[in-house]
Amino acid sequence: MSGFSRRKLIATGIAATAGASGLAVGARLARRYGLLPPDGAGIYGLGETLTYAAQRVLTRHSLAREFPRSLISKTPFANGEPPTGEPFRRLQEAGFADWRLAVDGMVARPASFSIPELKSYPSSSQITHLACEEGWSYIAEWTGVPLSHVLDAVGVLPQAKYVVYFSLQRGWWDSVDMADALHPQTLVAYGMNGGELPVGNGGPLRLRVPRQLGYKNVKYVTRLTVTDDLKRFGKGLGSASPEGGYAWYAGI
Amino acid sequence: MRVTHWITTLCFFALLVTGVEILISHPRFYWGEAGNVLTPPLFKLPIPASRSSVPTGYGYVLPDQNGWSRYLHFEAAWVAVLTGLLYAISSVLTGHLRKNLLPGEADLAPRALWSAIADHLRFKRPSAAEAWSYNALQRISYLLVIFVLFPLVIWTGLAMSPAIASVFPGAVAVLGGQQSARTIHFFVSLFLLLFLVVHVAMICLAGFRKRMRAMITGRASTPMEGT
Repeated sequence: MSGFSRRKLIATGIAATAGASGLAVGARLARRYGLLPPDGAGIYGLGETLTYAAQRVLTRHSLAREFPRSLISKTPFANGEPPTGEPFRRLQEAGFADWRLAVDGMVARPASFSIPELKSYPSSSQITHLACEEGWSYIAEWTGVPLSHVLDAVGVLPQAKYVVYFSLQRGWWDSVDMADALHPQTLVAYGMNGGELPVGNGGPLRLRVPRQLGYKNVKYVTRLTVTDDLKRFGKGLGSASPEGGYAWYAGI
Repeated sequence: MRVTHWITTLCFFALLVTGVEILISHPRFYWGEAGNVLTPPLFKLPIPASRSSVPTGYGYVLPDQNGWSRYLHFEAAWVAVLTGLLYAISSVLTGHLRKNLLPGEADLAPRALWSAIADHLRFKRPSAAEAWSYNALQRISYLLVIFVLFPLVIWTGLAMSPAIASVFPGAVAVLGGQQSARTIHFFVSLFLLLFLVVHVAMICLAGFRKRMRAMITGRASTPMEGT
């Protein structure tokens, strides 16, 4: 059995020990710098953690690609159906005049905004790509108020780590870390292609996170909660997506 | 070294199965940056889909397995890429690349290549001595897979990521856009599948049990010392 010489055995032992302690040190560093995703446990945890940690480091200052006006899709696909319940129907009939966006959690001044109030803030527009995990996509011009501006208005406490957002569509909620929440292209969007945001595309209000897939861009947003711990929401995985089997972080 | 082959095999099957699962949620392909069911496709596969929003002409929708498929696809991709890097680096350091993979000048002469092709077409089995090292056609196809198809499938895969695209916008633009990247990713995967089929067929022709033993233990039945 020349293949299993003592030298080889010792080398393998050293490599294994180095690997194991490397992993332990890596895990500690990752936790300290917030590089662990909330769905980072279980059999797919390794892949998710590597993706999230690598992209958090790489995308620190990156901006989603913006396109010339000529590339705006003539056929923006409105996926899914708007909420069917009575509350949405009534709000829609009133032209969403009574729609409110509540902001609470780890903030100095919890508040609730109407759409005209959100529109009175400095607006931001971007021509960006919205890609669905299924494989299709479209490019549109999105207009809204940067989420960072809303968060400034309510005064986010320094220990905040995530912003959780809820839809009027039952069971649909998600969250982003502060890196994405404060990113200049993350919008509370109320307009598309120069007009109001159509109901089919999430109107009157949807979150726009252009560096992540479509499902993070939750439609019909009614509430934002700032927190330092995602364990307190749902099953503790950070959003409805992992509960339905999908990754929390969707930058891929 | 041999263990990297089997880790890659495992990853390849995971990527293939989950890739098909992800693909059937939207079996349409586009060219350029954007495309959806309201856009004319470059082409579409004549198969049913796992999402009801895709018009396929079939009266039914396949079971949707995208969630775990995506988790596993990206995890297997990570393991495959890290294993591939380990293989590539050690191939250079140990001389495996130079000795066993790069074809010799004599092998690349048209006549030598032609006779190698003719041997393959006649399904001539290699002698024990020949089986111990890779022939010129093997070397060329392994090099193509390792240094062209693998990098291309990784590149087009990453180009579909909105976060990676934000860091390396040029890597997407060069491919023609995000939907083009998806279409190229599909074709490169087809070529990799074709390689797998031929690779396994060749092993069967060369004697499945003998080759398997060599691929797992590293010993051929008649070790040629000093060659």
